[in-house]
Amino acid sequence: MASGEGRTAFQQELLQLKATLRQLGECGARMLEDAMKALVNQDYDLAEDVRKRDNQADALDRRVDDDTMSLLALQAPVAGDLRTVLGAARMATDLERVADYAKDVAKVARKLHREKYYWPLEDIPAMAMCCTKMTRLVLDALDDEDPEAAIQVARMDHDVDARWKLLRDQLVEHMESDPRHVRQAARLLLVARYLERVGDHLVNVAERVHHIATGEFRSLDDA
Amino acid sequence: MQPVPTPVPQDTEDPAGVPDADAGGQALRLRTEELSVFYADVQALKSVTVEIPAREITALIGPSGCGKSTFLRCFNRMNDVIPDARVQGKVLLGDRDVNGRGVDVVELRKRVGMVFQQPNPFPMSIFDNVAYGPKIHGVRGRQQLQEIVETSLKSAALWDEVKDELKKSAFDLSGGQQQRLCIARTLAVKPEVILMDEPCSALDPQSTSRIEDLMTDLKRHYTVIIVTHNMQQAARVSKMTGFFLMGDLVEFDTTEKVFTNPADERTEQYVSGRFG
Repeated sequence: MASGEGRTAFQQELLQLKATLRQLGECGARMLEDAMKALVNQDYDLAEDVRKRDNQADALDRRVDDDTMSLLALQAPVAGDLRTVLGAARMATDLERVADYAKDVAKVARKLHREKYYWPLEDIPAMAMCCTKMTRLVLDALDDEDPEAAIQVARMDHDVDARWKLLRDQLVEHMESDPRHVRQAARLLLVARYLERVGDHLVNVAERVHHIATGEFRSLDDA
Repeated sequence: MQPVPTPVPQDTEDPAGVPDADAGGQALRLRTEELSVFYADVQALKSVTVEIPAREITALIGPSGCGKSTFLRCFNRMNDVIPDARVQGKVLLGDRDVNGRGVDVVELRKRVGMVFQQPNPFPMSIFDNVAYGPKIHGVRGRQQLQEIVETSLKSAALWDEVKDELKKSAFDLSGGQQQRLCIARTLAVKPEVILMDEPCSALDPQSTSRIEDLMTDLKRHYTVIIVTHNMQQAARVSKMTGFFLMGDLVEFDTTEKVFTNPADERTEQYVSGRFG
Protein backbone atom coordinates (compact mmCIF):
# COMPACT_ATOMS: atom_id res chain seq x y z
CA MET A 1 0.00 0.00 0.00
CA ALA A 2 1.38 3.35 -0.99
CA SER A 3 0.27 5.33 2.04
CA GLY A 4 -0.09 9.05 1.65
CA GLU A 5 0.19 9.06 -2.14
CA GLY A 6 -2.40 10.14 -4.64
CA ARG A 7 -4.59 13.23 -4.96
CA THR A 8 -1.50 15.44 -4.77
CA ALA A 9 -3.32 18.55 -5.94
CA PHE A 10 -6.04 18.01 -3.34
CA GLN A 11 -3.44 17.55 -0.60
CA GLN A 12 -1.82 20.81 -1.68
CA GLU A 13 -5.17 22.56 -1.45
CA LEU A 14 -5.72 21.21 2.08
CA LEU A 15 -2.29 22.51 3.09
CA GLN A 16 -3.16 25.86 1.55
CA LEU A 17 -6.40 25.91 3.54
CA LYS A 18 -4.47 25.34 6.77
CA ALA A 19 -1.96 28.02 5.74
CA THR A 20 -4.80 30.52 5.26
CA LEU A 21 -6.14 29.63 8.71
CA ARG A 22 -2.70 30.25 10.17
CA GLN A 23 -2.56 33.63 8.43
CA LEU A 24 -5.96 34.49 9.85
CA GLY A 25 -5.00 33.35 13.35
CA GLU A 26 -1.67 35.19 13.18
CA CYS A 27 -3.45 38.32 11.94
CA GLY A 28 -5.79 38.18 14.97
CA ALA A 29 -2.93 37.48 17.40
CA ARG A 30 -0.90 40.47 16.13
CA MET A 31 -3.95 42.71 16.21
CA LEU A 32 -4.50 41.66 19.82
CA GLU A 33 -0.84 42.32 20.74
CA ASP A 34 -0.88 45.73 19.07
CA ALA A 35 -4.27 46.66 20.51
CA MET A 36 -2.88 45.90 23.95
CA LYS A 37 0.28 47.97 23.25
CA ALA A 38 -1.95 50.80 22.08
CA LEU A 39 -4.00 50.54 25.28
CA VAL A 40 -1.03 50.37 27.63
CA ASN A 41 1.08 53.02 25.83
CA GLN A 42 -1.98 55.13 24.94
CA ASP A 43 -0.91 55.09 21.29
CA TYR A 44 -3.78 56.47 19.21
CA ASP A 45 -2.14 55.77 15.82
CA LEU A 46 -1.43 52.16 16.63
CA ALA A 47 -5.02 51.70 17.85
CA GLU A 48 -6.28 53.18 14.57
CA ASP A 49 -3.97 50.88 12.62
CA VAL A 50 -5.32 47.81 14.44
CA ARG A 51 -8.88 48.91 13.72
CA LYS A 52 -8.12 49.10 9.99
CA ARG A 53 -6.46 45.68 9.92
CA ASP A 54 -9.77 44.01 10.69
CA ASN A 55 -10.47 44.12 6.94
CA GLN A 56 -7.55 41.74 6.38
CA ALA A 57 -9.01 39.26 8.84
CA ASP A 58 -12.41 39.50 7.14
CA ALA A 59 -10.81 38.86 3.74
CA LEU A 60 -8.94 35.80 5.06
CA ASP A 61 -12.16 34.50 6.61
CA ARG A 62 -13.92 34.86 3.25
CA ARG A 63 -11.03 33.10 1.51
CA VAL A 64 -11.39 30.13 3.86
CA ASP A 65 -15.12 30.11 3.12
CA ASP A 66 -14.55 30.15 -0.64
CA ASP A 67 -11.84 27.48 -0.50
CA THR A 68 -13.99 25.28 1.74
CA MET A 69 -16.91 25.50 -0.64
CA SER A 70 -14.87 24.69 -3.71
CA LEU A 71 -13.10 21.77 -1.97
CA LEU A 72 -16.47 20.33 -0.93
CA ALA A 73 -17.94 20.79 -4.39
CA LEU A 74 -14.98 19.65 -6.45
CA GLN A 75 -13.04 17.18 -4.31
CA ALA A 76 -15.77 15.44 -2.27
CA PRO A 77 -13.53 14.96 0.78
CA VAL A 78 -14.30 12.18 3.26
CA ALA A 79 -13.10 11.01 6.66
CA GLY A 80 -10.20 13.08 8.07
CA ASP A 81 -10.14 15.31 4.99
CA LEU A 82 -13.83 16.08 5.45
CA ARG A 83 -13.31 16.93 9.12
CA THR A 84 -10.45 19.23 8.15
CA VAL A 85 -12.46 21.06 5.49
CA LEU A 86 -15.59 21.49 7.61
CA GLY A 87 -13.46 22.27 10.66
CA ALA A 88 -11.58 24.95 8.72
CA ALA A 89 -14.81 26.83 8.04
CA ARG A 90 -15.78 26.69 11.72
CA MET A 91 -12.31 27.62 12.96
CA ALA A 92 -12.14 30.57 10.55
CA THR A 93 -15.34 31.95 12.09
CA ASP A 94 -13.85 31.72 15.59
CA LEU A 95 -10.50 33.19 14.53
CA GLU A 96 -12.23 36.04 12.74
CA ARG A 97 -14.09 36.79 15.99
CA VAL A 98 -10.71 37.01 17.76
CA ALA A 99 -9.73 39.73 15.27
CA ASP A 100 -13.08 41.46 15.86
CA TYR A 101 -12.46 41.58 19.59
CA ALA A 102 -8.93 42.90 18.99
CA LYS A 103 -10.55 45.68 16.96
CA ASP A 104 -12.95 46.36 19.85
CA VAL A 105 -10.00 46.58 22.27
CA ALA A 106 -8.34 49.04 19.86
CA LYS A 107 -11.49 51.19 19.86
CA VAL A 108 -11.34 51.39 23.66
CA ALA A 109 -7.62 52.24 23.43
CA ARG A 110 -8.51 55.09 21.06
CA LYS A 111 -11.08 56.45 23.54
CA LEU A 112 -8.73 56.24 26.51
CA HIS A 113 -5.56 57.54 24.85
CA ARG A 114 -5.60 60.90 26.66
CA GLU A 115 -6.87 59.76 30.04
CA LYS A 116 -4.84 59.13 33.11
CA TYR A 117 -5.36 55.53 34.16
CA TYR A 118 -6.90 55.08 37.61
CA TRP A 119 -6.39 51.35 37.46
CA PRO A 120 -3.10 49.45 37.03
CA LEU A 121 -3.04 47.68 33.67
CA GLU A 122 -1.57 44.38 34.80
CA ASP A 123 -4.14 41.63 34.58
CA ILE A 124 -5.56 42.86 31.26
CA PRO A 125 -2.22 42.60 29.36
CA ALA A 126 -1.62 39.25 31.06
CA MET A 127 -4.97 37.99 29.75
CA ALA A 128 -4.12 39.27 26.26
CA MET A 129 -0.71 37.59 26.34
CA CYS A 130 -2.32 34.31 27.31
CA CYS A 131 -4.79 34.65 24.42
CA THR A 132 -2.09 35.34 21.82
CA LYS A 133 -0.12 32.36 23.12
CA MET A 134 -3.22 30.18 22.91
CA THR A 135 -3.78 31.33 19.31
CA ARG A 136 -0.30 30.35 18.19
CA LEU A 137 -0.31 27.04 20.06
CA VAL A 138 -3.69 26.02 18.69
CA LEU A 139 -2.46 26.73 15.15
CA ASP A 140 0.58 24.51 15.86
CA ALA A 141 -1.78 21.81 17.20
CA LEU A 142 -3.75 22.06 13.95
CA ASP A 143 -0.63 21.68 11.81
CA ASP A 144 0.46 18.67 13.86
CA GLU A 145 -3.11 17.35 14.25
CA ASP A 146 -2.20 16.86 17.89
CA PRO A 147 -5.23 16.32 20.17
CA GLU A 148 -3.18 16.53 23.38
CA ALA A 149 -1.78 19.92 22.37
CA ALA A 150 -5.37 21.06 21.68
CA ILE A 151 -6.37 20.01 25.20
CA GLN A 152 -3.40 21.94 26.64
CA VAL A 153 -4.54 25.06 24.80
CA ALA A 154 -8.06 24.68 26.18
CA ARG A 155 -6.62 24.41 29.71
CA MET A 156 -4.86 27.76 29.29
CA ASP A 157 -8.30 29.36 29.12
CA HIS A 158 -8.74 28.62 32.84
CA ASP A 159 -6.18 31.33 33.57
CA VAL A 160 -8.00 33.81 31.31
CA ASP A 161 -11.32 33.00 33.00
CA ALA A 162 -9.87 33.32 36.50
CA ARG A 163 -8.37 36.73 35.73
CA TRP A 164 -11.65 37.88 34.18
CA LYS A 165 -13.66 36.96 37.28
CA LEU A 166 -11.16 38.66 39.57
CA LEU A 167 -10.99 41.82 37.43
CA ARG A 168 -14.75 41.98 37.08
CA ASP A 169 -15.23 41.98 40.87
CA GLN A 170 -12.38 44.40 41.50
CA LEU A 171 -13.47 46.87 38.83
CA VAL A 172 -17.06 46.86 40.12
CA GLU A 173 -15.75 47.55 43.61
CA HIS A 174 -13.58 50.33 42.19
CA MET A 175 -16.57 51.88 40.45
CA GLU A 176 -18.57 51.76 43.67
CA SER A 177 -15.75 53.35 45.66
CA ASP A 178 -15.23 56.27 43.30
CA PRO A 179 -18.06 57.12 40.90
CA ARG A 180 -15.78 59.55 39.00
CA HIS A 181 -13.95 56.52 37.61
CA VAL A 182 -17.02 54.64 36.42
CA ARG A 183 -16.63 55.59 32.74
CA GLN A 184 -13.00 54.42 32.53
CA ALA A 185 -13.53 51.36 34.69
CA ALA A 186 -16.53 50.33 32.57
CA ARG A 187 -14.38 50.53 29.45
CA LEU A 188 -11.63 48.44 31.01
CA LEU A 189 -14.27 45.98 32.18
CA LEU A 190 -15.38 45.69 28.56
CA VAL A 191 -11.80 45.00 27.45
CA ALA A 192 -11.49 42.24 30.05
CA ARG A 193 -14.79 40.80 28.85
CA TYR A 194 -13.61 40.88 25.22
CA LEU A 195 -10.49 38.95 26.19
CA GLU A 196 -12.52 36.41 28.13
CA ARG A 197 -14.60 35.86 24.98
CA VAL A 198 -11.43 35.55 22.86
CA GLY A 199 -10.35 32.71 25.18
CA ASP A 200 -13.69 30.95 24.63
CA HIS A 201 -13.38 31.22 20.84
CA LEU A 202 -9.89 29.72 21.04
CA VAL A 203 -11.29 26.83 23.09
CA ASN A 204 -13.76 26.29 20.22
CA VAL A 205 -10.82 26.15 17.81
CA ALA A 206 -9.05 23.68 20.10
CA GLU A 207 -12.18 21.49 20.16
CA ARG A 208 -12.24 21.54 16.36
CA VAL A 209 -8.57 20.55 16.18
CA HIS A 210 -9.29 17.71 18.60
CA HIS A 211 -12.17 16.56 16.37
CA ILE A 212 -10.04 16.71 13.23
CA ALA A 213 -7.31 14.66 14.92
CA THR A 214 -9.51 12.05 16.60
CA GLY A 215 -12.87 12.04 14.83
CA GLU A 216 -14.59 12.50 18.18
CA PHE A 217 -16.40 15.57 19.44
CA ARG A 218 -15.34 16.48 22.94
CA SER A 219 -16.16 19.60 24.87
CA LEU A 220 -12.90 21.06 26.17
CA ASP A 221 -14.55 23.71 28.35
CA ASP A 222 -13.63 21.74 31.45
CA ALA A 223 -10.56 20.02 30.05
CA MET B 1 -51.54 -23.06 -9.26
CA GLN B 2 -48.28 -21.12 -9.07
CA PRO B 3 -48.28 -18.09 -6.83
CA VAL B 4 -47.79 -14.79 -8.62
CA PRO B 5 -44.37 -13.50 -7.73
CA THR B 6 -44.39 -10.20 -5.95
CA PRO B 7 -41.42 -8.12 -4.87
CA VAL B 8 -42.02 -9.15 -1.28
CA PRO B 9 -40.36 -12.43 -0.36
CA GLN B 10 -42.96 -14.60 1.32
CA ASP B 11 -41.75 -18.14 0.77
CA THR B 12 -42.00 -20.34 3.78
CA GLU B 13 -41.20 -23.66 2.21
CA ASP B 14 -37.88 -25.19 1.40
CA PRO B 15 -38.60 -27.53 -1.49
CA ALA B 16 -35.10 -27.73 -2.88
CA GLY B 17 -33.02 -27.85 0.23
CA VAL B 18 -32.20 -24.14 0.06
CA PRO B 19 -32.27 -22.26 3.34
CA ASP B 20 -35.50 -20.36 3.66
CA ALA B 21 -36.82 -17.17 5.13
CA ASP B 22 -37.26 -17.22 8.85
CA ALA B 23 -40.72 -17.93 10.19
CA GLY B 24 -43.10 -14.99 10.00
CA GLY B 25 -41.67 -13.65 6.74
CA GLN B 26 -38.62 -12.20 8.45
CA ALA B 27 -35.70 -11.50 6.18
CA LEU B 28 -32.94 -14.05 6.00
CA ARG B 29 -29.84 -13.60 8.08
CA LEU B 30 -26.87 -13.56 5.82
CA ARG B 31 -23.46 -14.19 7.25
CA THR B 32 -20.11 -15.77 6.65
CA GLU B 33 -17.89 -17.59 9.07
CA GLU B 34 -14.16 -17.82 8.44
CA LEU B 35 -14.79 -17.73 4.72
CA SER B 36 -11.73 -18.21 2.54
CA VAL B 37 -11.53 -18.63 -1.22
CA PHE B 38 -8.55 -19.94 -3.14
CA TYR B 39 -7.93 -19.77 -6.89
CA ALA B 40 -5.50 -22.67 -7.29
CA ASP B 41 -2.75 -21.74 -4.78
CA VAL B 42 -3.68 -18.08 -4.52
CA GLN B 43 -5.81 -17.09 -1.54
CA ALA B 44 -8.26 -14.44 -2.75
CA LEU B 45 -10.27 -14.18 0.45
CA LYS B 46 -8.87 -14.63 3.95
CA SER B 47 -11.12 -15.97 6.67
CA VAL B 48 -13.90 -13.41 6.49
CA THR B 49 -16.50 -13.49 9.26
CA VAL B 50 -19.28 -10.96 8.92
CA GLU B 51 -23.03 -10.54 9.16
CA ILE B 52 -24.81 -8.66 6.37
CA PRO B 53 -27.87 -6.77 7.63
CA ALA B 54 -31.19 -7.83 6.10
CA ARG B 55 -33.17 -5.43 3.92
CA GLU B 56 -30.42 -2.87 3.81
CA ILE B 57 -27.87 -1.99 1.16
CA THR B 58 -24.35 -3.12 1.96
CA ALA B 59 -21.52 -1.77 -0.18
CA LEU B 60 -18.24 -3.60 -0.69
CA ILE B 61 -15.31 -1.41 -1.63
CA GLY B 62 -11.61 -1.89 -2.17
CA PRO B 63 -8.96 -1.73 -4.88
CA SER B 64 -8.94 -4.14 -7.82
CA GLY B 65 -8.07 -7.67 -6.79
CA CYS B 66 -8.94 -7.09 -3.12
CA GLY B 67 -11.47 -9.94 -2.98
CA LYS B 68 -14.73 -7.99 -2.89
CA SER B 69 -16.22 -9.59 -6.01
CA THR B 70 -14.98 -13.00 -4.91
CA PHE B 71 -16.77 -12.43 -1.60
CA LEU B 72 -19.96 -11.32 -3.40
CA ARG B 73 -19.96 -14.38 -5.63
CA CYS B 74 -19.82 -16.69 -2.62
CA PHE B 75 -23.43 -15.88 -1.74
CA ASN B 76 -24.84 -17.56 -4.83
CA ARG B 77 -21.92 -19.85 -5.55
CA MET B 78 -20.87 -18.11 -8.72
CA ASN B 79 -17.31 -19.11 -7.85
CA ASP B 80 -18.34 -22.70 -8.66
CA VAL B 81 -17.92 -21.94 -12.35
CA ILE B 82 -14.32 -20.79 -11.94
CA PRO B 83 -11.84 -23.64 -12.47
CA ASP B 84 -9.55 -24.34 -9.48
CA ALA B 85 -11.69 -22.17 -7.18
CA ARG B 86 -11.96 -23.63 -3.68
CA VAL B 87 -14.11 -22.34 -0.84
CA GLN B 88 -13.45 -22.88 2.88
CA GLY B 89 -15.60 -21.77 5.79
CA LYS B 90 -19.31 -21.09 5.85
CA VAL B 91 -21.72 -18.92 3.88
CA LEU B 92 -24.94 -18.98 5.84
CA LEU B 93 -28.38 -18.04 4.60
CA GLY B 94 -30.46 -18.33 7.72
CA ASP B 95 -28.84 -21.22 9.51
CA ARG B 96 -27.85 -23.24 6.48
CA ASP B 97 -24.64 -23.25 4.55
CA VAL B 98 -25.06 -22.56 0.83
CA ASN B 99 -22.16 -24.92 0.19
CA GLY B 100 -23.80 -27.66 2.23
CA ARG B 101 -24.93 -30.98 0.91
CA GLY B 102 -28.22 -31.10 -0.93
CA VAL B 103 -28.31 -27.42 -1.83
CA ASP B 104 -29.82 -26.93 -5.29
CA VAL B 105 -27.64 -24.26 -6.92
CA VAL B 106 -30.34 -23.28 -9.43
CA GLU B 107 -32.79 -22.72 -6.60
CA LEU B 108 -30.11 -20.87 -4.62
CA ARG B 109 -29.47 -18.47 -7.52
CA LYS B 110 -33.21 -17.86 -7.83
CA ARG B 111 -33.24 -16.66 -4.27
CA VAL B 112 -29.92 -14.87 -4.40
CA GLY B 113 -30.11 -13.00 -7.68
CA MET B 114 -27.27 -11.21 -9.38
CA VAL B 115 -26.87 -8.11 -11.54
CA PHE B 116 -23.62 -7.76 -13.45
CA GLN B 117 -21.39 -4.91 -14.54
CA GLN B 118 -22.43 -5.01 -18.18
CA PRO B 119 -26.17 -5.23 -18.84
CA ASN B 120 -26.66 -8.70 -20.29
CA PRO B 121 -30.19 -8.98 -21.66
CA PHE B 122 -31.05 -12.17 -23.56
CA PRO B 123 -31.46 -11.85 -27.34
CA MET B 124 -35.24 -11.79 -27.10
CA SER B 125 -38.07 -9.35 -26.43
CA ILE B 126 -38.36 -7.21 -23.32
CA PHE B 127 -41.32 -9.34 -22.20
CA ASP B 128 -39.53 -12.64 -22.76
CA ASN B 129 -36.44 -11.45 -20.90
CA VAL B 130 -38.48 -10.91 -17.75
CA ALA B 131 -40.72 -13.96 -18.25
CA TYR B 132 -37.74 -16.25 -18.87
CA GLY B 133 -36.93 -17.00 -15.23
CA PRO B 134 -40.51 -17.65 -14.07
CA LYS B 135 -41.00 -19.95 -17.10
CA ILE B 136 -37.89 -21.92 -16.17
CA HIS B 137 -39.34 -22.25 -12.68
CA GLY B 138 -42.62 -23.59 -14.02
CA VAL B 139 -44.95 -20.61 -14.44
CA ARG B 140 -46.99 -21.23 -17.60
CA GLY B 141 -50.19 -19.17 -17.60
CA ARG B 142 -50.07 -16.19 -19.97
CA GLN B 143 -52.04 -13.99 -17.59
CA GLN B 144 -49.78 -14.93 -14.71
CA LEU B 145 -46.65 -14.24 -16.72
CA GLN B 146 -48.05 -10.87 -17.76
CA GLU B 147 -48.63 -10.00 -14.14
CA ILE B 148 -45.11 -11.04 -13.20
CA VAL B 149 -43.60 -9.04 -16.07
CA GLU B 150 -45.60 -5.93 -15.20
CA THR B 151 -44.86 -6.16 -11.46
CA SER B 152 -41.16 -6.77 -12.06
CA LEU B 153 -40.80 -3.97 -14.60
CA LYS B 154 -42.63 -1.61 -12.25
CA SER B 155 -40.37 -2.60 -9.37
CA ALA B 156 -37.36 -1.97 -11.59
CA ALA B 157 -38.74 1.48 -12.52
CA LEU B 158 -38.85 0.57 -16.21
CA TRP B 159 -42.54 -0.15 -16.81
CA ASP B 160 -43.59 3.36 -17.79
CA GLU B 161 -40.87 3.52 -20.42
CA VAL B 162 -41.55 0.15 -22.09
CA LYS B 163 -45.16 -0.79 -21.39
CA ASP B 164 -46.24 -0.07 -24.98
CA GLU B 165 -43.38 -1.94 -26.63
CA LEU B 166 -42.90 -5.13 -24.66
CA LYS B 167 -42.40 -7.09 -27.90
CA LYS B 168 -39.45 -4.96 -28.86
CA SER B 169 -35.98 -6.49 -28.69
CA ALA B 170 -34.22 -5.85 -25.41
CA PHE B 171 -31.21 -4.73 -27.44
CA ASP B 172 -33.18 -1.68 -28.62
CA LEU B 173 -33.10 -0.29 -25.07
CA SER B 174 -30.45 2.12 -23.84
CA GLY B 175 -27.67 0.83 -21.56
CA GLY B 176 -29.40 2.17 -18.47
CA GLN B 177 -32.74 0.65 -19.52
CA GLN B 178 -31.05 -2.67 -20.25
CA GLN B 179 -29.57 -2.70 -16.75
CA ARG B 180 -32.98 -2.01 -15.23
CA LEU B 181 -34.37 -4.79 -17.43
CA CYS B 182 -31.75 -7.13 -15.96
CA ILE B 183 -32.82 -6.03 -12.49
CA ALA B 184 -36.48 -6.72 -13.47
CA ARG B 185 -35.40 -10.14 -14.72
CA THR B 186 -33.76 -10.80 -11.36
CA LEU B 187 -36.85 -9.64 -9.46
CA ALA B 188 -39.17 -11.81 -11.59
CA VAL B 189 -38.02 -14.99 -9.86
CA LYS B 190 -38.69 -13.55 -6.43
CA PRO B 191 -35.23 -13.39 -4.91
CA GLU B 192 -34.54 -12.43 -1.32
CA VAL B 193 -31.05 -11.17 -1.82
CA ILE B 194 -29.77 -9.16 -4.79
CA LEU B 195 -26.06 -9.10 -5.50
CA MET B 196 -24.84 -6.26 -7.71
CA ASP B 197 -21.35 -6.33 -9.16
CA GLU B 198 -20.53 -2.77 -10.24
CA PRO B 199 -24.00 -2.36 -11.75
CA CYS B 200 -23.47 1.25 -12.82
CA SER B 201 -19.91 1.22 -14.09
CA ALA B 202 -21.05 1.00 -17.72
CA LEU B 203 -23.79 3.63 -17.33
CA ASP B 204 -23.97 7.39 -17.77
CA PRO B 205 -24.62 9.60 -14.69
CA GLN B 206 -28.35 9.90 -15.35
CA SER B 207 -28.83 6.13 -15.66
CA THR B 208 -26.61 5.66 -12.61
CA SER B 209 -28.83 8.00 -10.66
CA ARG B 210 -31.93 6.02 -11.68
CA ILE B 211 -30.35 2.72 -10.63
CA GLU B 212 -29.34 4.24 -7.30
CA ASP B 213 -32.90 5.46 -6.70
CA LEU B 214 -34.08 1.99 -7.61
CA MET B 215 -31.69 0.38 -5.14
CA THR B 216 -33.07 2.57 -2.40
CA ASP B 217 -36.59 1.39 -3.28
CA LEU B 218 -35.50 -2.24 -3.47
CA LYS B 219 -34.00 -2.34 -0.01
CA ARG B 220 -37.47 -2.14 1.51
CA HIS B 221 -38.01 -5.71 0.38
CA TYR B 222 -34.62 -7.13 -0.46
CA THR B 223 -31.18 -7.42 1.02
CA VAL B 224 -28.87 -5.74 -1.48
CA ILE B 225 -25.10 -6.17 -1.63
CA ILE B 226 -23.27 -4.01 -4.11
CA VAL B 227 -19.65 -4.08 -5.21
CA THR B 228 -18.60 -0.68 -6.43
CA HIS B 229 -15.47 1.19 -7.37
CA ASN B 230 -17.39 4.42 -7.05
CA MET B 231 -16.94 5.41 -3.43
CA GLN B 232 -19.38 8.26 -3.69
CA GLN B 233 -21.95 5.74 -4.85
CA ALA B 234 -21.20 3.55 -1.84
CA ALA B 235 -21.54 6.61 0.39
CA ARG B 236 -24.80 7.68 -1.26
CA VAL B 237 -26.73 4.43 -1.28
CA SER B 238 -25.50 2.04 1.38
CA LYS B 239 -26.20 1.62 5.07
CA MET B 240 -23.14 -0.53 5.74
CA THR B 241 -19.77 -0.60 4.01
CA GLY B 242 -17.11 -3.27 3.97
CA PHE B 243 -13.58 -2.40 2.94
CA PHE B 244 -11.50 -5.23 1.49
CA LEU B 245 -7.75 -5.19 0.96
CA MET B 246 -5.67 -8.09 -0.33
CA GLY B 247 -8.33 -10.61 0.63
CA ASP B 248 -8.92 -9.26 4.13
CA LEU B 249 -12.09 -7.57 5.28
CA VAL B 250 -10.25 -4.68 6.89
CA GLU B 251 -13.29 -2.82 8.18
CA PHE B 252 -17.05 -3.38 8.22
CA ASP B 253 -19.16 -0.66 9.76
CA THR B 254 -21.91 1.82 9.05
CA THR B 255 -21.24 3.75 5.88
CA GLU B 256 -21.36 6.96 7.88
CA LYS B 257 -18.59 5.77 10.16
CA VAL B 258 -16.45 4.45 7.30
CA PHE B 259 -16.67 7.75 5.40
CA THR B 260 -16.37 10.14 8.32
CA ASN B 261 -14.16 8.44 10.88
CA PRO B 262 -12.94 5.00 9.83
CA ALA B 263 -11.25 2.93 12.52
CA ASP B 264 -8.44 1.60 10.34
CA GLU B 265 -5.78 3.83 8.81
CA ARG B 266 -5.85 1.76 5.59
CA THR B 267 -9.58 2.44 5.21
CA GLU B 268 -8.95 6.15 5.74
CA GLN B 269 -6.26 6.12 3.07
CA TYR B 270 -8.51 4.29 0.61
CA VAL B 271 -11.72 6.26 1.06
CA SER B 272 -9.72 9.48 0.91
CA GLY B 273 -8.43 8.40 -2.50
CA ARG B 274 -4.80 8.18 -1.41
CA PHE B 275 -4.27 4.75 -2.95
CA GLY B 276 -6.06 2.15 -5.02
